[in-house]
Amino acid sequence: MHFGLGNEIIDGFLKALQLIFSGDPTVVEISIRSFLVSSLAVMLSALWGLPVAMLLGLKRFPGRFLVKGFFNAMLGIPTVALGLILYLFFSNAGPVGFLRLLYSPTAMIIGQAILVTPITVSFITSAIESVDPEIKDLAKTLGASETEASVAVLRESMSGVVLAITASFNRAIAELGVVLMVGGNIAGFTSVLTTTIALETSKGEIALAIALAIILLLIVSALTLAVNLFQKRMTYYFRGE
Amino acid sequence: MSSIIELEDISKTYGNNIVLKQINLKIQEGEVFSLLGPNGAGKTTLLRIMASIEKPSSGIIRFRSAKVDEGNINQVRLNTTMIFQKTALFSTSVYKNIAYGLKLRGCSRRETDEKIKEVMKTVRLEGYENRPAKKLSGGEQQRVALARALALDADVLLLDEPMANIDPKNVSIIEDVLSRVNKEKKTTMVIATHNMFQAETLAQRAALMLEGKIVKVGAPQEIFTWPSKLLANYVKLENVFSGFSKVTKEGTSLVDVGDGLQIEAAFEKAGNVTVFVRPEDILLSSNPIVSSARNSFEGRIIQISDLGPIVKLKVKAGKNFIVQITKRSFNEMQLNVEAKVFIAFKASSVHAV
Repeated sequence: MHFGLGNEIIDGFLKALQLIFSGDPTVVEISIRSFLVSSLAVMLSALWGLPVAMLLGLKRFPGRFLVKGFFNAMLGIPTVALGLILYLFFSNAGPVGFLRLLYSPTAMIIGQAILVTPITVSFITSAIESVDPEIKDLAKTLGASETEASVAVLRESMSGVVLAITASFNRAIAELGVVLMVGGNIAGFTSVLTTTIALETSKGEIALAIALAIILLLIVSALTLAVNLFQKRMTYYFRGE
Repeated sequence: MSSIIELEDISKTYGNNIVLKQINLKIQEGEVFSLLGPNGAGKTTLLRIMASIEKPSSGIIRFRSAKVDEGNINQVRLNTTMIFQKTALFSTSVYKNIAYGLKLRGCSRRETDEKIKEVMKTVRLEGYENRPAKKLSGGEQQRVALARALALDADVLLLDEPMANIDPKNVSIIEDVLSRVNKEKKTTMVIATHNMFQAETLAQRAALMLEGKIVKVGAPQEIFTWPSKLLANYVKLENVFSGFSKVTKEGTSLVDVGDGLQIEAAFEKAGNVTVFVRPEDILLSSNPIVSSARNSFEGRIIQISDLGPIVKLKVKAGKNFIVQITKRSFNEMQLNVEAKVFIAFKASSVHAV
């Protein structure tokens, strides 16, 4: 039994490599969709998360502590739970059911964006808070308006922003619950790396599952490595540019 | 001379803490003005209000007669700039640090390049443009901050203890640059400091601040020559001696400060007194001094402190005296520790605290 499974794994692994290196259309299509859905989700979360983080990091207002606490608490939200909530929202009976978004890539993008927003907001907020408080004053004494001075602070916290974006992307591309619940894993339309890996494994199609898992691991580790390598250079370039 | 900044009844409170109380002050166009006072006197807050990065709790600020409000605050910020005690730099190259303010003013790349080249030469940091600013030494970082401020050609330069944490070599470069810029470009400067010597060498006028209030405004000499008890309490006075004073027939006082030393002072005061002599008022020579100075003692050097253009010597002549001479004199006299020297100072240079 042990030997049989071992062989199956080795066979699966070899077939997986073959699928990757032969440029199998299914593998390519699923990988690209996964990458696009998660990239757009991260952009969307940055779009609404960045202003919130700047507000939390730079301004002092009543209730700020509660808002920060909320985003921190949401960092570990179970993806299946969020998936279920969003499913109920997007379903025909739900409040935005009329948009007919359920089981579409759009719903997946929105779902992942909501999932990673706490990461974007919390990480960028702490990055901004860790910037020397004199930077904002410095920018103002050099002639910056309130907004320009805030942008200067954001630039100083660029390494934290890059980290937040990377962590958000990794969480998005690796999660299963949300995309499965609101995407439905429809082949050729909403199937992504994680949903296909789960489905193919349950079907016993271990080779495709392994191939996709290797690609998923490669994307995540290559991105993290690239960010680590270029972070210093990148942030140095962004600041004061 | 017209005033460039006017402060009318400026007060500032943080919660229950009153930091500034009813400050009224006019800074004249083109002058170097020094704010003197101990830590916590409110100097930094006052500068931050002048820089329009802090709002007063009450009172009015005028910049070239126009009241500063939300409508013109950005314009005022473009005309003033500030250098902080703790050097603040963007985490990028020296070039980009300086270019930031120029970019906000819409300067072209060529103008920016030219300006940066010019100011780097002024602060004597040519060739440092591409270095990461935060990797420089403390003194060099402060010179970058100065270059960044100078590049803007702002009308007012506000400096908060700019030389508090840097070595004497960099201090002398910064002092030199400041006085040159004031002369050549007529830039108005307000310098907060607790260093009396600096205030006196750089500023044309000074204000003494204590506990959030301005207690005296005038020429630096006016403030320092006859210091009040309040001033003496915080300024690190050197050559301070206490002893019993007797009034002489000539109308001077002879203060017995112990260790067989009697100091003659040009005032009439009997009883216990504390007196001080400023280090730069003491004459130093390798040979016995023949002069009209009433106080003349023999001693030997026990310590030498090189402060760049000036040298401070500790001379043991009964009591320890701090004597300040120029580096040039020091070199010419070929002095060293243990050397026998003669010191002399006038009775009128002895001040009572």
